[in-house]
Amino acid sequence: MTNNERWLLPDGMEELLPAQAEQIEFLRRSILKLYQRWGYRYVLTPLVEHFDSLIVGAGNDMGQHTFKLVDEMTGRLLGVRADITPQVSRIDAHRLQQDGPSRLCYAGPVLLTRPRELGGSRNPMQIGAELYGHAGIESDIEILELMLTSLHKASLKNVHLDLGHVGIFKSLVSHFGLDETIEKQLFDALQRKASPELAQILVGQKDKHCIAAFHALLELHGDETVFAAAREKLSGISDAVLTAVTELENIYRGLIKRHANIAVHIDLAELRGYRYHTGVVFAAYVPGYWQAIAQGGRYDEVGKVFGRARPATGYSMDLRAICQLLEDFVNDTNPIFAPAMQDEALEATIHTLRESGECVIRELPSQLGQRAGAVQAGCQRILVQKNNQWLVEELES
Amino acid sequence: MKQQLTIALSKGRIYKDTLPLLKHAGIEPLDDPETSRKLILDTNFPNIKLIIIRATDVPTFVEYGAADIGVSGKDVLLEHGGANVYEPLDLEIARCKLMVAGKPGTLGTGRRLRIATKFVNSAKRYYASKGEQVEIIKLYGSMELAPLVGLADAIVDLVDTGNTLRANGLEPLEHIADISSRLIVNKASLKTKSHEVNEFIQHMSDAVKLNSASRRD
Repeated sequence: MTNNERWLLPDGMEELLPAQAEQIEFLRRSILKLYQRWGYRYVLTPLVEHFDSLIVGAGNDMGQHTFKLVDEMTGRLLGVRADITPQVSRIDAHRLQQDGPSRLCYAGPVLLTRPRELGGSRNPMQIGAELYGHAGIESDIEILELMLTSLHKASLKNVHLDLGHVGIFKSLVSHFGLDETIEKQLFDALQRKASPELAQILVGQKDKHCIAAFHALLELHGDETVFAAAREKLSGISDAVLTAVTELENIYRGLIKRHANIAVHIDLAELRGYRYHTGVVFAAYVPGYWQAIAQGGRYDEVGKVFGRARPATGYSMDLRAICQLLEDFVNDTNPIFAPAMQDEALEATIHTLRESGECVIRELPSQLGQRAGAVQAGCQRILVQKNNQWLVEELES
Repeated sequence: MKQQLTIALSKGRIYKDTLPLLKHAGIEPLDDPETSRKLILDTNFPNIKLIIIRATDVPTFVEYGAADIGVSGKDVLLEHGGANVYEPLDLEIARCKLMVAGKPGTLGTGRRLRIATKFVNSAKRYYASKGEQVEIIKLYGSMELAPLVGLADAIVDLVDTGNTLRANGLEPLEHIADISSRLIVNKASLKTKSHEVNEFIQHMSDAVKLNSASRRD
């Protein structure tokens, strides 16, 4: 790197200028406030921890996405967090030791070795909420509602909700006794809705119910009629399959009772985060953005490696991605420009103004003078002395 | 009001073979890309537009939602890797094979082969699955030349009739994959424009069935 390229940042690492940084911070605060009102307690997790505990339950994919370094004190492998969720699970499973439900939320930067999208950020700002200790659909509905409310809080419009349930695919695989290789191939084909490949994979299966079931799964997406179709096409296979379908339908019905206007797409072949999810999976889409803007689901097994398997459901989203979709942030601070001179009454006035929530910028001694200084600092109001009083005055343009 | 649909196609064989399928679905472009310089073509439907791009760019455009739907060769999709797009339909057009080709008797010498190809990822995956270590040489065209001038021992390339191979004293040696064009769909589009997209897939699926029925006759 030559001297005049020192400003260059690594790929996918972005700095934000005041307008965007303020917007992200504004959003972060308002969403955290929302979480607080729903009873979610805020936790802070370390940026770096032992690599092994960072990737629990998340599988290979997370390992590849995690930056690694060696702890010079112990020689152990450390990782920079690529996802905050496992850290919060550990807090619930190991530190809190609470028996009833616990509600936790978090916000902070994560680091990815490679961006999740072409030209995407390797340094997203993750924010999310997790609910531990309850296995029923009520907690899934609560998390879904919280997700929709937070997207509404972020002023995102036309949110489309995508609902799926990994239990359906899992039960089918175990019912037909398919081995891990075929399971992986089927997973790949279903993720791409690639019906030609699906047919090829199942070519050796003797059970024609098995072939029919996976082909049906591929087609089972659309509006709420999917539930009835699923019950018809996947009937007589195993109770676990139908239980999962019913569970998903109950979640859907419970949700639209309170959010009647939300557009919902049901997709029974959607297996987002299949490795660690155990029940309902969901994602929110907005028109014009090519991937999910928020995602989550149920993951009941993750706490086990930390000593306590706890039912868990939650969601997260990337504040940076959301901010890219929003209109430009209008900073309505309207600062006041105060002169550089030393005067006790002036000091007192500035103090009072700042305490009342006003932004006061103090002039630094220069050749410009107060008015020109105010213009340079982008102020439209100045503090002037009249009849021994310091008054705020509009700067006439 | 119907939602806007953008369909990505590449010029040449794919475009030529896709047109009849689109026509079955009732969609006809208002311009001909071979004569027009336009990259965005209007159709007889105000909400459907075609964009004309390079074949290798089609998965990228669709993955990132610059187009809702695209037509892409399976060779391109294999090479693009994991592509985060749906591939719901085999259009059964632009068929050919991805193959290893070389001079007769090239393979099985026991030493590490040099393979020239533009399908770097597909070639690596193929040889890895065979448990064979090879050196890949990336080329952008005129693959057939590489074994003739000693640049590589064999090539991995698309083979249609095999005429180019034979004209250069090469022959197909191993079959890697059957290739045809796929309809690919952006994941978010299927979820947010579910009705329009599914309707389109259904029309195309019907057209493919008609097409293959008429081929059999």
